[in-house]
Amino acid sequence: MPLLTVTDLRTHFHTRNGRYRAVEGVGFSVERGETLGIVGESGSGKSVTCYSIMGLVPQPPGRIESGSAMFDGVDLLRCAPRLARSIRGKRVSMIFQDPMTSLNPYMRISEQVIEPLLIHENITKREALFRALAMMEAVGINDAAQRIHYYPHEFSGGMRQRVMIAMALVTRPELLIADEPTTALDVTVQAQILELIRSLQHELGMAVIFVTHDLGVVAGLCNKVLVMYAGRVVEAADTDTLFREPLHPYTRALQRSLPALHSKGEELFTIPGLPPDVSKPLPGCAFAPRCGYAAEACTAAVPELAQAAPGHWHACMRVRAGEIDFGAGGTDQ
Amino acid sequence: MSDALLELRDVRTYFPVHSGFLVRRQSGSVRAVDGVSLAVHQGEVLGLVGESGCGKSTLARTILQLIPATGGTVILNGRNLGEATRAQMLACRRDLQMIFQDPHASLNPRMTVHATLAEPLLVHGICGRKDVKGQVDELMRIVGLAPRFARKYPHEFSGGQRQRIAVARALALRPKIIVADEPVSALDVSIQAQILNLLYQLCRRMNLALIFIAHDLSVVRHISDRVAVMYLGRIVELGPAEEVIDRPRHPYTRALVSAIPVPDPAIERARRRIVLAGEPPSPINPPPGCAFHPRCPHALDRCRESVPPLAPCGEAHEAACIRLGELADL
Repeated sequence: MPLLTVTDLRTHFHTRNGRYRAVEGVGFSVERGETLGIVGESGSGKSVTCYSIMGLVPQPPGRIESGSAMFDGVDLLRCAPRLARSIRGKRVSMIFQDPMTSLNPYMRISEQVIEPLLIHENITKREALFRALAMMEAVGINDAAQRIHYYPHEFSGGMRQRVMIAMALVTRPELLIADEPTTALDVTVQAQILELIRSLQHELGMAVIFVTHDLGVVAGLCNKVLVMYAGRVVEAADTDTLFREPLHPYTRALQRSLPALHSKGEELFTIPGLPPDVSKPLPGCAFAPRCGYAAEACTAAVPELAQAAPGHWHACMRVRAGEIDFGAGGTDQ
Repeated sequence: MSDALLELRDVRTYFPVHSGFLVRRQSGSVRAVDGVSLAVHQGEVLGLVGESGCGKSTLARTILQLIPATGGTVILNGRNLGEATRAQMLACRRDLQMIFQDPHASLNPRMTVHATLAEPLLVHGICGRKDVKGQVDELMRIVGLAPRFARKYPHEFSGGQRQRIAVARALALRPKIIVADEPVSALDVSIQAQILNLLYQLCRRMNLALIFIAHDLSVVRHISDRVAVMYLGRIVELGPAEEVIDRPRHPYTRALVSAIPVPDPAIERARRRIVLAGEPPSPINPPPGCAFHPRCPHALDRCRESVPPLAPCGEAHEAACIRLGELADL
């Protein structure tokens, strides 16, 4: 049985300017010890998906319209708040994009790192401090015994992200949700943090949901990938398959617009237009207005996810009907 | 070197650091740019890469004289910008324009696109009031915006479109050189490609020189003819783009290249990563000798002794490391 199964999650924001359909029917599952990547552009709903699972969507204006998130037999979206609280922060933790704003500037690091332990486990402050120290060392903070008593502003960006990871992992969670944890960091520091997540995951055997917009990070870290567009999943597959034979036109376009895969000076492939406005209901496939393969049928009905091969899902009705031949080597269009 | 459009000779930019509460005194300085020499030729794209805090943006602003240089000279078209009078500087600015990272912050929210683009044309007397509309329309077409949007305000545009407006503003005076400070870092991947294509085509078509600052090496490799790698205020490697990124020689460039994730699972699994320990040191108190030695996997005692100069290590390829010869086969 998967560790976490999300089905038909719909999270909307009701604002004065209308209803923003941030997440519109997302489903996926994560097995124990596995790494799932969620990729998409800004506004595709990848962060809101994570926030919904963690109960961090402000309500109002947000509302979880439907769906379930079954974690080890408990529906995190519908169960009693007490039960959800005993799971969130202990068995499921989250790290955020910006380590500057996610640590409390008024609290010493020590207090922040032991907080989850004091809440979730019946131990003394002394023992908690001891375990926090061990975790600070595990995430590669030198002189942890001394620096644990510092305030957040006394750490650099990379070190703060390490502190946040220590905070998330101190309760030894079974699932870590990482929302763009390296986007605000330099590449050399990003490499350190990714290496750290990889080795800790190996040690603790936890599952990871890694949200990013960087296909390169996904390629190096994840077993499975979910591609999101305008609040919906458009393609899901294991990493090798997704990079080798992407099926959805959006995934293909995203991959082909990366400079790394072009020869020098060659014109980059671009996706025309802009991501859609999610405040209006979309009659058909959300990508159709920007898609080079769109036909009339694409704007008539929302395409369902269909399985092309075991474990490889996509939401393109023209691919499913066999009407698009991408050709070998991606020389289409 | 003499035919260079823009030449930097040993440019230094320091910021004073003050301490003390009642009696403020200068207690040191941040050496943001510490001895950079470079030449940029007409029509050339020079990529400038490095981690945050290495001085790339300060260098850009020093070139444009937005921040005065502490030492060294910036020479544009044979004229030393440091000694130029106000009037001369105004004339020089025509040739030298800038595009900033954040198109949300760099456009005046209370000016329409038309006003934003017309201002430089009128200030520099490029055209009379009567011809302004035609010129503005032409600029908008060049960067791929429909002229009918001229009366709109910046907030009515998306990030990519705003960056196009910023590009149009930089082009208004028909400059010879544009300094672009991380122009695509704030944009989504699919929009990034549009702006990169635009910049690349403009440079080719108008024979524009471009100093392209970025931290994404794959973007820099794609667009640049030459690449300069900066670390703590100095250039540590300089050469043709493919040479520097595919066959880096300086240990820092090697680590930087190896840290870039490649969007291909097979390559990611197979490659050897060099994970650097620590973070860039503080430019207030840089380490003695080679500034990279505390993080360098190949550092020796003699790396601490003096700052290594750029030394040739291939055709038009230079790197600042005293162990270049010994490390060649790595």
